[in-house]
Amino acid sequence: MHNKAKGWGDPLVLAPVLMIVALTGPLIAGLAGVLLPAFGFFPTLGGKHFTLSFLHEVTHKPGFWYSVQLSIWIGVATTFLSLVIVISFFAAQWGSPTFQRLSRFISPLMSVPHAAAAFGFAFLIAPSGWIVRLFSPWATGFNHPPDWLVINDPAGNALLIGLVLKEIPFIFLVALSASSQINVDERLKVARSLGYGRVWSWFIAVFPTLYKQLRLPIYAVIAFSSSVVDVALILGPNFPAMLPVQLLRWMNDPELEMRFVAAAGAVWQLGATLLALISWRIGEALVGYIGRRLTISGERQKNDHWFRALATLMMAIVIVTFVLSMIILAVWSCAGFWRFPNALPSGFTFSRWLENAGSVWTPVVNAMSIAITSTMICVALTLACLENEFRRDIQFTPAALRILYLPLIVPQIAFLFGISVFLVRYGLDGSFWPVTLAHTIFVLPYVFLSLAAPFRNFDLRYLQVASSLGVSQNKVLFSVRLPMLLKPILLAIALGIAISIAQYLPTLLIGAGRLPTITTEAVALAAGGDRRLIGIYALVQTLLPAIGFIAASLVPRAAFPDRKFFR
Amino acid sequence: MKDALCIENVCLFHDGAKLLDLNLDIQPGEVLTVMGPSGSGKSSLLNLISGFLPPSFSFTGRVVLDGVDITQADPADRKVGLMFQDPLLFPHLSVEDNLMFGLPATGSKEERCAKVRAALDAVNMVELGHRDPLTLSGGQQSRIALLRVLLSEPKALLLDEPFSALDSGLRGKVRDFVFNQAKAKKLPTILVTHDQLDADHSGGKIITL
Repeated sequence: MHNKAKGWGDPLVLAPVLMIVALTGPLIAGLAGVLLPAFGFFPTLGGKHFTLSFLHEVTHKPGFWYSVQLSIWIGVATTFLSLVIVISFFAAQWGSPTFQRLSRFISPLMSVPHAAAAFGFAFLIAPSGWIVRLFSPWATGFNHPPDWLVINDPAGNALLIGLVLKEIPFIFLVALSASSQINVDERLKVARSLGYGRVWSWFIAVFPTLYKQLRLPIYAVIAFSSSVVDVALILGPNFPAMLPVQLLRWMNDPELEMRFVAAAGAVWQLGATLLALISWRIGEALVGYIGRRLTISGERQKNDHWFRALATLMMAIVIVTFVLSMIILAVWSCAGFWRFPNALPSGFTFSRWLENAGSVWTPVVNAMSIAITSTMICVALTLACLENEFRRDIQFTPAALRILYLPLIVPQIAFLFGISVFLVRYGLDGSFWPVTLAHTIFVLPYVFLSLAAPFRNFDLRYLQVASSLGVSQNKVLFSVRLPMLLKPILLAIALGIAISIAQYLPTLLIGAGRLPTITTEAVALAAGGDRRLIGIYALVQTLLPAIGFIAASLVPRAAFPDRKFFR
Repeated sequence: MKDALCIENVCLFHDGAKLLDLNLDIQPGEVLTVMGPSGSGKSSLLNLISGFLPPSFSFTGRVVLDGVDITQADPADRKVGLMFQDPLLFPHLSVEDNLMFGLPATGSKEERCAKVRAALDAVNMVELGHRDPLTLSGGQQSRIALLRVLLSEPKALLLDEPFSALDSGLRGKVRDFVFNQAKAKKLPTILVTHDQLDADHSGGKIITL
């Protein structure tokens, strides 16, 4: 199709260029904005000479090494636990009715923002939380909440489990979509017919291939968990906190000198995340080696009932915990008087909702404007890229895929701080467009990944028929391809909006606190402990993306009421 | 040659290996049947003529339609109608809108609507105009797909196994419908098929690749 690039063909060439600039430009600028002050060079603040003293000084902050350790541990452990639970469930239940039943819960849970999930989980497991209440006083004998440090524990266990809950739906969905590309059923049949047990068949015949496709998303989970801020503020230890939380405190310190220290800390954060990734990579090699040895040993491993039961139970516990966390948010948001050991409040009231409707409104409008604008930019850019790729017969290379994951694998806090340093310098922080463009960096990978497959798998014969009817390429795109892709496009928009709404750091750092969204407001409530108010904010935060997904499923039917294709 | 579809000394290569070497003239109203095992280049020949040849293919020679060399023309400008095994009616448009899509953009909206109605009326399917294409039977869909192609005023017709998805009862009817329409419009037609019956009914030359 050498002669296909016509009409819009030329401006379309800009799409991949813009895409690469959008993905890497802010990253490079941001890293420069962190590295220069970290090495003491920041002329506006009087740093005119390169020095290692700040990189050294920051390590003397109280608890610094513990913070670093915690970041690495949380990054690796969250990812390991989440991955083990997901793949054990896949191995145990692939193709069974249980698999279908449980996986129906996964997509809606994926769209729950991190902060809301963390709040719900805290309300569930706190000493005065729902679980203790449900078992008190009849089983525990407690008439007062026990004096346990469950939330914000110094070892970060609550944070770890909270993150695992939230990362499992993500890894689950990625594994599900990867499974659809590697004929899992045939692979299982081959191994099963050679006499291998069900679970072991999955591990030897499916997992190695599946993991290759999971690798980049997994790295993104490691990077995210090792540098997470919002969940760490809600569930994580306080003194000393995880490194990213410490960084945020230094970044917000009124003492300007602390900017150098914060930048130096961000460099250590890059190192911590890198170390987490490297240890994971070593683990991969180790597991690969042991796996190969076990595979060729010829052991059939048919006795897997206990494994299947355990794996299914784990996944069921995860889903039940997550669902209960959402319910308890709703319960608290309209709870009346609620004395300790009672399982439910003595009454329900919407008075707090009504009182706070006004103050919730602005952050909701801010969040939605940012989300819709940044998502629309991403969808337009993605479609332009994919159409350009189609018209020019370009094959997307693995290297390009790595660029797409770049903003997800470099810790947000490390380069966003650098960008904000530049923006403050030019007085651009705290306004709508910088925040929106910062969101596009993180929305773009998700929108692209979700649209690419449906766009590329489109039946090209429809387009050939349309062209041979004498219609221009642009008309083919706008009146055949895009309308027929309405469903995946709307889903990508809903996903983009969900990702944007959940963003905490870009909104906070680039918005300089002057553009409050529902997410920044909700996280800010964490320290206060007003459960009813937190319930309201977290629930609104959860409902916004949910509305997007529901709309995405209803709009095609409403727009084309008598078309079977959209049902 | 006026009105004819001429394949002049066309050699088709896939990754450097020669697939076919053809020199053919198809006269208006003539149906040429191309048969052969899969991978022999049948569909690639149609792609070459309609302008959709993937870049892993290369060729020499010319394709001339109605005296015009269309070898390098944009697919949209070739005036070559295509029909596939599936009718490929656009599922987001009604039957009438599908036909409107095929009709060239000349004349007022009313004139174009009238043309579409007349085309449906001529084949006794006017009551299907407002239907969702996915609710039509397979045979109806194929006939509408052919009408859509014919309304775009092509100068040649390429049929890529257009009957193989239909069951045997319907198949004969749709086949006669297509051949009669092609002959009535005096279109040079190439039919690619696996089915000897299709070939026998075409009433024209048969070549095997």
